Amino acid sequence: MSESEYKLRIAQSLVGRGKVSRRDFIHLGVAAGLTVAAADQIFVTTARAQPQQGGFAKLGMAHGATTDSIDPAGYPDTFTQTAFSGAMSNSLTEVDAKGGIQPDLAESFESSNGAKTWVFKLRKGATFHNGKTVTADDVVTSMRYHMGADTKSAAKSLLEPVSDIKADGPETVVFTLNSGNADFPYIVSDYHFVIMPSVEGKADWASGARTGAFVLENFQPGVSAKLKRNPNYFKNGKPYLDEVEFIAITDLAARMAALSTGEVDYIGRADLKTLGMLKRNPKIEIIEITGYGHYTLPMNVTMAPFDNPDVRMAMKWAINRQEIADKIFLGHATVANDDPIAPAIKFYKNPQPQHSFDPEKARHYLKKAGMEKLKVDLSVADAAFAGAVDAAALIRETAAQCGIDVNVVREAEDAYWDNVWLKKPWCASYWSGRATADWMFTQAFAAESSWNESFWKNPRFNELLVKARAETDEAKRADMYGEMQQLTHDDGGSIVLVFNNFVSAKSKKLAHGDVAPNWENDGLKMAERWWTAEA
Amino acid sequence: MLAKRAARAADGAPLGIRMRVNPVAKTVLQRLGLGLVTLFIVSIIIFSAIAMLPGDFAKATLGQSATPETVAALQHEIGLDRPPIQRYFSWIGKMAQGDFGSSFASRTGYRRTVAEIIAPRLYNTMFLAVMTALVAVPLALGLGILAALYRNSWFDRLVNTVTLTTISFPEFFVAYILAFLIISRDTFAGTQFAQSLPVWLAVSINWTLNVVPKFPTLANISDQTPFWEHVWRAALPSITLTLVIVAHMMRMTRAAIINMLSSPYIDMARLKGMRPMVIVLRHALPNAWAPIVTVVAFNLAYLIVGVVVVEVVFVYPGVGQLMVDAVKSRDVPVVQACALVFAATYILLNLIADIISIATNPRLLHPR
Repeated sequence: MSESEYKLRIAQSLVGRGKVSRRDFIHLGVAAGLTVAAADQIFVTTARAQPQQGGFAKLGMAHGATTDSIDPAGYPDTFTQTAFSGAMSNSLTEVDAKGGIQPDLAESFESSNGAKTWVFKLRKGATFHNGKTVTADDVVTSMRYHMGADTKSAAKSLLEPVSDIKADGPETVVFTLNSGNADFPYIVSDYHFVIMPSVEGKADWASGARTGAFVLENFQPGVSAKLKRNPNYFKNGKPYLDEVEFIAITDLAARMAALSTGEVDYIGRADLKTLGMLKRNPKIEIIEITGYGHYTLPMNVTMAPFDNPDVRMAMKWAINRQEIADKIFLGHATVANDDPIAPAIKFYKNPQPQHSFDPEKARHYLKKAGMEKLKVDLSVADAAFAGAVDAAALIRETAAQCGIDVNVVREAEDAYWDNVWLKKPWCASYWSGRATADWMFTQAFAAESSWNESFWKNPRFNELLVKARAETDEAKRADMYGEMQQLTHDDGGSIVLVFNNFVSAKSKKLAHGDVAPNWENDGLKMAERWWTAEA
Repeated sequence: MLAKRAARAADGAPLGIRMRVNPVAKTVLQRLGLGLVTLFIVSIIIFSAIAMLPGDFAKATLGQSATPETVAALQHEIGLDRPPIQRYFSWIGKMAQGDFGSSFASRTGYRRTVAEIIAPRLYNTMFLAVMTALVAVPLALGLGILAALYRNSWFDRLVNTVTLTTISFPEFFVAYILAFLIISRDTFAGTQFAQSLPVWLAVSINWTLNVVPKFPTLANISDQTPFWEHVWRAALPSITLTLVIVAHMMRMTRAAIINMLSSPYIDMARLKGMRPMVIVLRHALPNAWAPIVTVVAFNLAYLIVGVVVVEVVFVYPGVGQLMVDAVKSRDVPVVQACALVFAATYILLNLIADIISIATNPRLLHPR
């Protein structure tokens, strides 16, 4: 190795830490016998791969309304979730890019008593933005904010199994559950369960003092939120950016235009129809992640004709999922198999056989149910998911070939969740997915859940659900979750059409590591995890 | 007309003895009174319209994750558990005292008054409306006068064709086309279309695109945005609106003036040998103000109350978007306040138009 090659390698490691300028690096590279272009290329790749401090990012969010607030009882969509939960706050735990659970504001956690008691130890020295040290009392008050009779929190049902929370000294919090739950650390990672300072025994959300990587500077509901780096953040070196601004751009075309013209550096939910045009722009990169979110068509199993399992089976074979994924979602979706557990989730097991469009089988099951012909209503609106109405039209076509007459009822988008979902015998629905099999099943399939959208009450399934939750032997759990997935696939009332991909786009000025699939925008934590790259 | 008045004066007819109320003051008072009644009716219509929509604020905010208990708790906090009539009267009672009330997005210890929500949005909307009007109204009047002056010439036809074309497209289409042109500045050269063109054509198109300043396609501004940056950011929405409203005012100006130009007194002026420009400006225009002002007022009202689509496309935080947002989330106090602001704008602008019509018409200003 020549002297200049040696120097170049040292320089390369320094580039990663942002200590060598582009000009100096190219000088060295040329001395070592590289062309200017090649040296420049090495510089850019190295600089991008390593997080560097500083910079300002404008992030265009697909949501935002004038009724938004920093109150964690709400956080209805990605604007509030990414800005106020992901950037400004921390929960006790967080989900990493591989779907595993990591301590966040907690330092460690452990269970005892058959996963009924969970002890979280807090990080030492973590402070709120107002300088106050985070104590166990703050955690207890923050969690209690989502519990009790008069809470207005959308996350209330998640904490229903919690019978008691108490502080054990200033750095330890003990949760007692009604029944064992081996996945409880995942539950507390939810974006609603951010830790707020306790003021006179009440969670103080209004002051905006949280623990997160960024401090709120300016917030105009429905317009934008500006946040500044928290210099006292408890994670070493993070965040990388000095300042972030979240901008609400609800109009799809406006979002695409804003990224194309460089007004913003990132947009959530890119327009699938014009994605090809965006790809041609050399300054822009598309990020596509298969998340946990999925689109379903729940059939109410307590109402005729869906009370007959054979009818449900006939419906499952009468739908062309591949065509829906290709035509409605333009290939940006993964075909599902009437199993709400995404492939990226632990204990995922693909139930057999794969349900696809098969008129023979559909007719067979219809006959088994004692029917020649069947007429059903399918209530849809694009409020359930974008493309629901078109998907229903495709279903009508394929079902007609199986002797099933699907009457597509177009419902009003306003108050869809209020008037149609859980009310009509067959409708469209959306789940953003949950990080664990237990969580997903408990919310959308358990007999007693208020969101059991198909009203499905399979005794074996519910028995397994409770058993698997408290089981700590991984192999046994895997078996039980496998059986449950098979049950939802064979007997369940929810037709799971596709898993939707999170499609977002960013300018090459921003760089990131592995992108987490648990929520949009890198698990809502993009502000903390991303950095600017010289481009 | 002048001759008539002179004739009457010569008759020596006695002037009326009883006190005359100035017709302008009379109109203003009458209209303001009627305006208040209108506002009251508007508030009832809006309130009942929202009450008839499915769902309420609590259900709309909680959405899919609503449970009966959380909905009830939220309804109780914002007072939605009271009967509608009671809610309406407590609202209108406060309203009469100038208190717009609080948004439903308020929580205990975190009050968000309707006034503080609307004020910055209203400022933005007014800013855009005034900025657009300052360009569009003189432009439309100027083009209209010139078109009347050189009627049926190639200039007249060109102006008519262009303005009628821009008014014929829906405003969002004009907006998207403008945004597309701005994007094309950077991307045109790389498209297959550009490569399929002859080089000289592609280069000159690219050159033309780059002559256009790079207006921001995102007009998101905040209360901290400096004045000139605000102007710069609002440029594209303003251009869009100008394109949309110029034709209406321009054609009315042209028609009103041409109408005047066929009067005998204009022939007289012409016979005196006056220059055509002077005839139009000094003789025709003063008598043509009434119809022009009505149309201008109508378009100004549109600039304030009807630009929600343009606001959405360019992400400009104005009142229109606020009202749509509030309807979606059933935030009744905000919807009510927006509706009243809009209604009041219409009433006031129409009143101003009528006053100008009266003031420019001596027959109405000095009635017998």
